[in-house]
Amino acid sequence: MRYILIIAATLFAASAQAEAPRDFLARFEKEAGAAASAERGARFFTTKQGGEWSCASCHTEKPMQAGRHAKTDKAITPLAPAANAERFTEAAKVDKWFRRNCNDTLNRLCSAQEKADVMAWLLALR
Amino acid sequence: MHSRFAPPLFALLTALALPVHADNYSVPKNHAFEEECASCHMAYPPQMLHADSWRAMMGNLSRHFGSDASLDEKRRTAITDFLVTQSGGRKTGDTRDARGTPLLRITETARFAKKHREIGAATWRRASIKSPANCTACHAQAAAGDYNERSIRIPK
Repeated sequence: MRYILIIAATLFAASAQAEAPRDFLARFEKEAGAAASAERGARFFTTKQGGEWSCASCHTEKPMQAGRHAKTDKAITPLAPAANAERFTEAAKVDKWFRRNCNDTLNRLCSAQEKADVMAWLLALR
Repeated sequence: MHSRFAPPLFALLTALALPVHADNYSVPKNHAFEEECASCHMAYPPQMLHADSWRAMMGNLSRHFGSDASLDEKRRTAITDFLVTQSGGRKTGDTRDARGTPLLRITETARFAKKHREIGAATWRRASIKSPANCTACHAQAAAGDYNERSIRIPK
């Protein structure tokens, strides 16, 4: 009985955090109430938005490749889901990094539309 | 019969082993610390600052040396506890500034200054080094806790 409970709890925990990158595109589009634009996402990602850094400062302009932290030089694994299966699979992580990195690059949080656009572009990368 | 001699033997071996580890700053295993702190920079050894410095740092993560490193409260508390438990002792020296405020940068501590007094400003600025916070540039084995003199290689 105890093992069944443990197995059930494990399965529940796994299902709670297993998300696919496309789920986030859908979620942000729904929150924005408008369709995403990969083209707009690319522009947003690669140009400075008021801060000292753009997304590309750390993730590079081609996030199929690995990046480096602009300040500490620490290696960053590729951001594009096609290059890195671990990316955009856990809501808590996705929300945490958008919060932190939007604050660092825009000095504010990103809008749902901005996040949807970036997701669309990242998902289109091959 | 053997067991009677085991404790003293163990104590002796432990004592003999101690000097070897005297300079070892290996970071104790902690999943949350690794995931949250070491994704942006190397895992700085908790032993290099005292508990009050770690508490001050963990109390202002949304302004973490110019970056937003904010965490949910559960993780923030867990990592603070880890850092405080593993924080430095007597060897760490003074880690407060002249006014008694806890320092947040290991590179500003008296021990760091003393250990690096032979390194000139131009050396710190080299592209291969970038800043005094980039331990691994010269201490190749820093990630493993080895900051020993004989493991140092200063890049050109």
